[in-house]
Amino acid sequence: MPETRVLFRDIDAPGLATIQGYRDRGGYGALKRALHELEPDELLSSLEDSGLRGRGGAGFSMGKKGSFLPRGEMEKYLCCNADESEPGAFKDRELMQKNPHQLIEGCAIASLAVGATYAFVFIRGEYWEIADILDRAVGEAYDAGYLGADILDTGVRVELIVHRGAGAYICGEETALLDALEGKRGNPRLKPPFPAIQGLYGGPTLINNVETLSNVPHIVNNGADWFKGFGSEQSTGTKVVSVSGCVQRPGNYEIELGIPSREIIYGLAGGPPKGRRVKAWFPGGSSAPVLTEADLDLPYTFEDLAKAGSMLGSGSIIVADDTISIPELALRTARFYHHESCGKCTPCREGTNWTTKMLDRVVRGEATPMDLEIIAGVQEKIIGHCLCVLGDSMAMPVGSMVAKFRDEFEATIEAAREAGHGALDHSPLDRPLTTGAQAA
Amino acid sequence: MRPTDELTAAERRELIASMRPEDAEGVPALGELDVPAALREQIETAMARYPQLRSAAIPALWAVQRHYGWCTPQGVREAAAVMGVTPAYLEAVATFYDLIATSPIGRHRILVCHNISCWMNGADELLGAFCDAAGADRDDADQHGASSADGEFFVKGFECLGACDIAPMASIDQRYYGPLEAADAVAAIEALRDGEEPLSDKALALRPAAGGPDPSATERAPDAEGHDA
Repeated sequence: MPETRVLFRDIDAPGLATIQGYRDRGGYGALKRALHELEPDELLSSLEDSGLRGRGGAGFSMGKKGSFLPRGEMEKYLCCNADESEPGAFKDRELMQKNPHQLIEGCAIASLAVGATYAFVFIRGEYWEIADILDRAVGEAYDAGYLGADILDTGVRVELIVHRGAGAYICGEETALLDALEGKRGNPRLKPPFPAIQGLYGGPTLINNVETLSNVPHIVNNGADWFKGFGSEQSTGTKVVSVSGCVQRPGNYEIELGIPSREIIYGLAGGPPKGRRVKAWFPGGSSAPVLTEADLDLPYTFEDLAKAGSMLGSGSIIVADDTISIPELALRTARFYHHESCGKCTPCREGTNWTTKMLDRVVRGEATPMDLEIIAGVQEKIIGHCLCVLGDSMAMPVGSMVAKFRDEFEATIEAAREAGHGALDHSPLDRPLTTGAQAA
Repeated sequence: MRPTDELTAAERRELIASMRPEDAEGVPALGELDVPAALREQIETAMARYPQLRSAAIPALWAVQRHYGWCTPQGVREAAAVMGVTPAYLEAVATFYDLIATSPIGRHRILVCHNISCWMNGADELLGAFCDAAGADRDDADQHGASSADGEFFVKGFECLGACDIAPMASIDQRYYGPLEAADAVAAIEALRDGEEPLSDKALALRPAAGGPDPSATERAPDAEGHDA
């Protein structure tokens, strides 16, 4: 099945990243239409009608989110979340690198729709070369009058600032992003109030992902019905899916939502190397509960993946084939969240730390099967108990791995113990157990 | 930095003593510091861009790091003086972020992604190859980053860099390269020693998108050569 390229149309065409190349393909036509022909409310209702759901992970209706911002004369803000840092996700990077003006136009239109005068693109500091590309493109857009104090002589003001982060996954969480942008440590805030009411500098703020905003010019140009023509009823449009891990052709593929997951993993990305099979896969980044080979025929939509107990998230598929040890995969996953936990909430700070330590014991043969119960229990105690979902994002995949691959965890523990690596053999604590076993 | 519970009593006293003067300090007076003009200009430019000047905290720290190679206590004081905040405020921000160095690091910064997709494709071996070629300690590199004895290189096993499509990969002086093999690590270190751009044929910037309706699109070679002079 081929790709369906809307955001990725002409993605490698020479000059697309320049304002001339973008305009040659109709670029900035949507901004003109939004300025001259549409009222902000019409823009918002068109976005809501299109069914466009946030592409950053939560999948919330973009138009609805925009409509939560209060009307009236106050300073409002738009923040584009370009802090793409979740293992498996790399779509925003390619969108910004190769078509920066599509995002800039989307930011300008979204700013008009909610009445924001300042728009920020919060890009992770690691994407330094991509931020340079964005900065250059923003400069071009200012020179051409698409941004600034008086855009296209309409009296409307939209300023766009590219803000480079400095390395922290948590800043992709929307309220942590706001704190980081205000020049603080990137700690999440208590919600409510939600950013739409009280966000950046205390003002109403719309926060959207790069891919979400990149869709906006296309919806303004072609209409909500055109957009709904792609995808399923509850998952409209196309989606850029990042596929990586044990596949032969890793990369970003733009697909119509609703095609079978197998088509993406095998048809587009080529599946695992010859002779190997899919063992587990994350359908929506490392925060998503893992699925197995039996789930490969699920349609790739928000609703079908939720029904299967996982999520589409940011649309990042990571494939693990049958050469990969699931306990080691769980350890890698947990270690990431342990490193990135900001430390503000105890269940996350301690839960990610202890889960990592216990998984390390499993892999090194120092655990007992009872520890698996404890690991599973810790995950349950993290979920829903923190200000943000970073802890949940570890608890869900790790919990799912322990539940679905319990045999492998137990076999790993047993094999390592038999190989003589088990510290428990030398521990005074296991002596009564050994005696008990001998007696029986 | 090592966990504080692993420090000896003497090291702990030294650490606390090293922190006290800054903690106790108010906003440094700009007139009493000799802030390099270029650094001051960069920070003031950043401050002017935002509706509220504290938003310039991270840009200011980036500027200090560019100027001094890392965020030296003196550089942080200078930035604090320009911004009108306490050095402790900026230090609190600096220590939160992985890319801001609050202790000296090697001149060339090599971040090797060791997260899920890169790990499955050989990241641990790649990190080891970079450490061996650069002369950095392998275990330290994977934990907190390690610099080579000659001060030329800083190697760190990094959490996901957002380039799983080119796994295993590394960020070298803020540019992405991949997929890499152990031999590439050796070549990259040699190129950096010679003052040349490393691994130019493996730069992410040249890579076309993975798929596409036209399969030949992935075959198209980047037209990098022939347009120089």
